[in-house]
Amino acid sequence: MARFGMVIDTAKCVGCMDCVVACKTENNVPEGFNRDWIVQDAKGVFPTVHMEIRTERCNHCDTPPCVYCCPTGASHVHELGGVVLVDHTMCIGCKACLASCPYDARFIHPDGYADKCTFCIHRVEKGMDTACVSVCPTRCMYFGDLDDPHSEVTRLLGSRASHSLIPEAGTKPQIFYLT
Amino acid sequence: MQELTTTRHNELVDPVLAVWGWQIPVYLFIGGLVAGIMIISGYFALKGQYKKNVFSSFYLPHISLILLSMGMFSLFLDLEHKPYVWRLYTTFEVTSPMSWGAWILVIVYPALFLNTLIRIPEKFRNKIPAFDRLSDLINRHPFAIKNIGILNILLGTLLGMYTGVLLSSLGARPLWNSAMLWMLFLVSGLSAASAFVHLITSDSYERELLAKADNAFLTLELFVIGGFISGLLTSSGVHIEAAKLILSGPYAAAFWVFVIGLGILVPLMIQLLAVNHKIKHTAVAPILVIAGGLALRFVIVYAGQFSHYAHQVGLK
Repeated sequence: MARFGMVIDTAKCVGCMDCVVACKTENNVPEGFNRDWIVQDAKGVFPTVHMEIRTERCNHCDTPPCVYCCPTGASHVHELGGVVLVDHTMCIGCKACLASCPYDARFIHPDGYADKCTFCIHRVEKGMDTACVSVCPTRCMYFGDLDDPHSEVTRLLGSRASHSLIPEAGTKPQIFYLT
Repeated sequence: MQELTTTRHNELVDPVLAVWGWQIPVYLFIGGLVAGIMIISGYFALKGQYKKNVFSSFYLPHISLILLSMGMFSLFLDLEHKPYVWRLYTTFEVTSPMSWGAWILVIVYPALFLNTLIRIPEKFRNKIPAFDRLSDLINRHPFAIKNIGILNILLGTLLGMYTGVLLSSLGARPLWNSAMLWMLFLVSGLSAASAFVHLITSDSYERELLAKADNAFLTLELFVIGGFISGLLTSSGVHIEAAKLILSGPYAAAFWVFVIGLGILVPLMIQLLAVNHKIKHTAVAPILVIAGGLALRFVIVYAGQFSHYAHQVGLK
């Protein structure tokens, strides 16, 4: 049973936003909304300042509160790789999933349903990479099976220090940032 | 020093979550009010008070049917994908409090309807013969009336609890993430329902009884609010920050003035004087209690959306 996740090397990410443009183009994301975005996080006091540039999106959590709170079953975990998806034809737009997400990764599509990153499941099912990973010019993004001990994502997580976002929320995010 | 720059600016989500407007606090308030009404009218049915010409038995269940429909309509207005609302009733999601609520409301309607049949007001008699026959049948069996009373008390309690659990299950919002919230909304609903009867009834016994009950509910509500806040203040950093939102932050003025002051303390003092026959009963205290209950839902819903894990760790 695959468990899809993403590893992002923050030492290589330059925040060019190619991943954002690729996602919007591939998934026809409406104007004014983003399924993925760039965060520049600067910490410290001069001269010991550290900056991390990250590309962020839905963390496809292993214990997804958005799926648990959905009253219709529209939010669900896909059988392939545990990807968290929304069935637009079942969503009533109650917004409970938006309120339940600690990452604020969801939004309401202008057509009324909850929308978010799908890990480009339509591409992954055909054996392709996600759109954001495929266009990254610095090759800082890696997509793969976290349960496969031989996958590149597992190897990277085993060899480099990494962190996830808001682990204290207890949702077990599946996106990791190499530091 | 920490400085964050993000390229995301999704509507209703950034800069702070604002997915629920006035419709949800109104729905939660009406839900709590109807829950309180079911418990009170159920108690009157159980205790045989329906034999007297009291407002709680004659008109209260009928009014609550209209109120509940108004609350449901308010919830419907909040939905972004309205044509798909029927999807709520194609499944039962055991982990979703909203799904539980949708199905509880399906059971609440017939229970309230049965309650209305215990006493049909004279002006509505002989309008629908089937209802009259059903009412006569129920009245020939006092045991059935007691069971309708118990059913209304149980379902009213469940409905009142659900309005709080709906929010407290959303763990990403630290202010809501409290096991005291269901108790707070249930007690507040009972208090608002008592005030509602107190405001409208013309029966002096009923008014006196409900004013005394309301004083007890308001006192209990103060203790529950105390427990709710102390629970947050003794929890993790994000919960402490969430408590500060209503104690000293942007929602403090509304909380202290409209919820605690005008919504609980002032009407409690007025009603204590009234039940001790120092002053006459007026509409002021119950109106303040009802407005305070509505203000409580607004403060909790709005401040809860403002509270966030990311604020604490600097992600937003």
